[in-house]
Amino acid sequence: MLRFIVRRVLQAVPTLFGLSILLFIWVRALPGGPEYALLPENATAEQRAALRRAMGLDDPVIVQYGAFLGRLLQGDLGQSLQTGRPVLTEFAMKFPATVELAVMAMIIAVSAGVPLGYLAARRSGGALDSLVVGGSLVGICTPVFFLAFVLKLVFAEQLGVFPSAFRQTPGIDATRITGLFVVDGIATREWDAAWDAFMHLVLPGLALASIPLAVIVRMTRAGVIEVLGEDYVRTAEAKGLHRRTVRGRHVLRNAMLPVVTAIGLLSGALLAGAVLTESVFAFGGIGQFIYSATQTRDYPVLLGFILIIAALYVLINLIVDISYSLLDPRVRVS
Amino acid sequence: MITRRKGRLLAPAAAAAALALVAAGCAQSERDAGGDPNETRPLIFAGTGDPRSLDPVLANDGETFRVTRQVMETLLEHEPGGTEIQGGLAESWEQSEDGTEWTFHLREGVTFHDGESLDAEAVCANFDRWNGFTGDYQSSNQTYYWQNVFGGFAENEDEELPESIYDSCTAEDELTAVIRVTEPSAVFPGAFSLSSFAIMSPASIEEAAGQEVGGEEGAPVLPDYSQEAGVIAGTGPYTYSEWDHDGREVTLERYDDYWGEPANIKTLIIKTISEENARRQALEAGDVHGYDLVAPADVQPLEEAGFQVPVRDVFNVLYMAYNQEASEELEDPQVRQALAHAVDRQRIVDTILPEGGEVASQFIPETVDGWSPDVQTYDHDPDRARELLEEAGQEDMTIDFCYPTEVTRPYMPAPKDIFDIIQSDLKDVGLTIEADSKPWDEYIPHTDSGNCSLYLLGWTGDFNEAYNFLGTWFGGYDSAWGFRDDEVFSVMEEVASEPDPDKRTELYQEANEVIMDYLPGLPISHSPPSIVFSPDVEPPPVSPLTQEQFDQASFK
Repeated sequence: MLRFIVRRVLQAVPTLFGLSILLFIWVRALPGGPEYALLPENATAEQRAALRRAMGLDDPVIVQYGAFLGRLLQGDLGQSLQTGRPVLTEFAMKFPATVELAVMAMIIAVSAGVPLGYLAARRSGGALDSLVVGGSLVGICTPVFFLAFVLKLVFAEQLGVFPSAFRQTPGIDATRITGLFVVDGIATREWDAAWDAFMHLVLPGLALASIPLAVIVRMTRAGVIEVLGEDYVRTAEAKGLHRRTVRGRHVLRNAMLPVVTAIGLLSGALLAGAVLTESVFAFGGIGQFIYSATQTRDYPVLLGFILIIAALYVLINLIVDISYSLLDPRVRVS
Repeated sequence: MITRRKGRLLAPAAAAAALALVAAGCAQSERDAGGDPNETRPLIFAGTGDPRSLDPVLANDGETFRVTRQVMETLLEHEPGGTEIQGGLAESWEQSEDGTEWTFHLREGVTFHDGESLDAEAVCANFDRWNGFTGDYQSSNQTYYWQNVFGGFAENEDEELPESIYDSCTAEDELTAVIRVTEPSAVFPGAFSLSSFAIMSPASIEEAAGQEVGGEEGAPVLPDYSQEAGVIAGTGPYTYSEWDHDGREVTLERYDDYWGEPANIKTLIIKTISEENARRQALEAGDVHGYDLVAPADVQPLEEAGFQVPVRDVFNVLYMAYNQEASEELEDPQVRQALAHAVDRQRIVDTILPEGGEVASQFIPETVDGWSPDVQTYDHDPDRARELLEEAGQEDMTIDFCYPTEVTRPYMPAPKDIFDIIQSDLKDVGLTIEADSKPWDEYIPHTDSGNCSLYLLGWTGDFNEAYNFLGTWFGGYDSAWGFRDDEVFSVMEEVASEPDPDKRTELYQEANEVIMDYLPGLPISHSPPSIVFSPDVEPPPVSPLTQEQFDQASFK
């Protein structure tokens, strides 16, 4: 197992290195530059030129990349041009919001998706099945911003049940430790703050969960239908095992393998979906920050954030691979 | 069996949902607790972006200034709700005849938030600090407005930086500060009202001095004192209480020893909501009490729903630039005039701009000193446009026309809609238009490099001085405009060094007349950027310069 992990981590190094070159070329190929985004409309050409010089953007790209790589090897991703804070500080500040949101979305997607998929499979062809399959299709097709708009209209504006934006009520007296507001509230026993943060997570969590939920429903349904027809299920039933045991140990567990793979892959999609969800809910995570960094040509943030996310993506998929062996003893990581 | 199982699966979800609804109801009712709302409820205002720094000299954007302006004050300021310059920390001021010496008589009894008194030495310490900036502080990204007004620094580290025109600041007595510059400039005294030049306490300066800009060369890390509340003490009606970077909010608390009327509302919170629809929904849901830059299409529905959308006076200009280097046909004055006659600017104002918008007769709004009633005007007259094009032999002209996408600017609320009207007007007089759209982040580099023959752009004034509008565009050759005209450049050169404000106003009027005769582009409109407040708030006086002072707001 350890050898497997080490090998996978080493495999990731050239991937990330190649990605860094592609990213470096891409961000510099974007038209315009930070000297336009950071100075007002009527700044003079001289002022813009001076800023480019000061930021070292007039040096050959290869020289700039060398400097970037040199810093990277020392664990330094540079500074955000937009905010004037180190990229790592910015990431540490913004990442917890996205983690909270992604975890919430994944909890919603899994806790609703697996039972719904299972029920649909059990009643395959019935009304519930059609409803679930149809609903999941709508979930996949609905743009996140539209869903967010409708959710806010109904639950925030009309019913006033959930807040329409932010991570916590402005001005709330809350202690910050990890940046995960719900966790911080629980850890400090500031129950109001934890509950407040949780309530702020519900609508963006639902909006972000729509696509993974739909995918998980469909995959669970397909998996369960397939496994239900397997010989070993019939054998298990024939030898008189309790129905709950058959369904839990034999059907669901086997049907879950592709679902777990999907969850790993969906975590990447969640980060992508978070860009829009965070914007429309003013949630302040990495998605929103990357978007604004693209607008302002904040090269260090674009490079740094995307590289960290890529590394995390590799890590998540490694965990998914390891979890196979836990779900299915026949799978050995090697 | 299946029914029972389904119940087992759905029951926890239903219970959780019910609990959430009950708890949400509790949370909502807690939020509406009683007491004097000005003392118990924070006023929450949504800005469109995060502030950059709590020290305004290190910023050049309105989102930063919206926050710092509540806490830190300038020597001069604009009258509440207007554009006239009036005393701020300086009760009165005078200038020497040659415009190189500015004497400020400070208010008595002004104290900083750390308890120190405001005096002339404190003012000079601020100006000396700014002129003495070294290292990465000299990047135009860090100290844009200082460089814009004073050029460079005491010791320039980039040899291409112009020399600083700041000479010295002396405390003549406790409440008299004299600032000397090496040459007169048209931007004074207006520039002394710039939010960047707000005064902080000598103790704050001392503490800030120990904090260098860090980071790599060219990518500076802003010093800690500018990133967290606690160091900077200003003189304004609010103090910095907390900057929650995670929660994207700045909390300000009332300063009870303020020299003027203390703020009505005890706590003011500025939150960031970048997305336009999210701002509106947050207001409608009661999560914020107001926001800036309301989309024109939202104004009427918000008013009908009971929200307050006070109208600001206009202080900006939208223009269609003609770049003569991009299209040599535009070198012909008749072509430039024909395009001006072709565009129905009144239709743009009537159908796209919010209430209070006006057709622009020149490149500055009427509220700016130096506006001329005698400029050459170009009424909407398609027949005259066709005639002029025919005389110029350009009746079948093809021309490219750029406009930005994914952006709303205070002077340009709906660029595509404005473009569509102008395009249809130009087609109507026989022109063939090649539309060229670019997202905002690519747009200015695109137009600046001379890629567009016609393009839409504009400017919102920083202070009431026509040079702040005309200076950058017409002070000399600029690749964004691509023309050289001695008459235009010389009148601008003359006004730039005229120390007498009255004479300068006359020269600006002359400049506007010369510019509109030459017609380097077509000024289209002046548009009031909209701001909105919830029905339970008495809004502060709205400012044409978007410089609202929230100490004057209150809950009804």
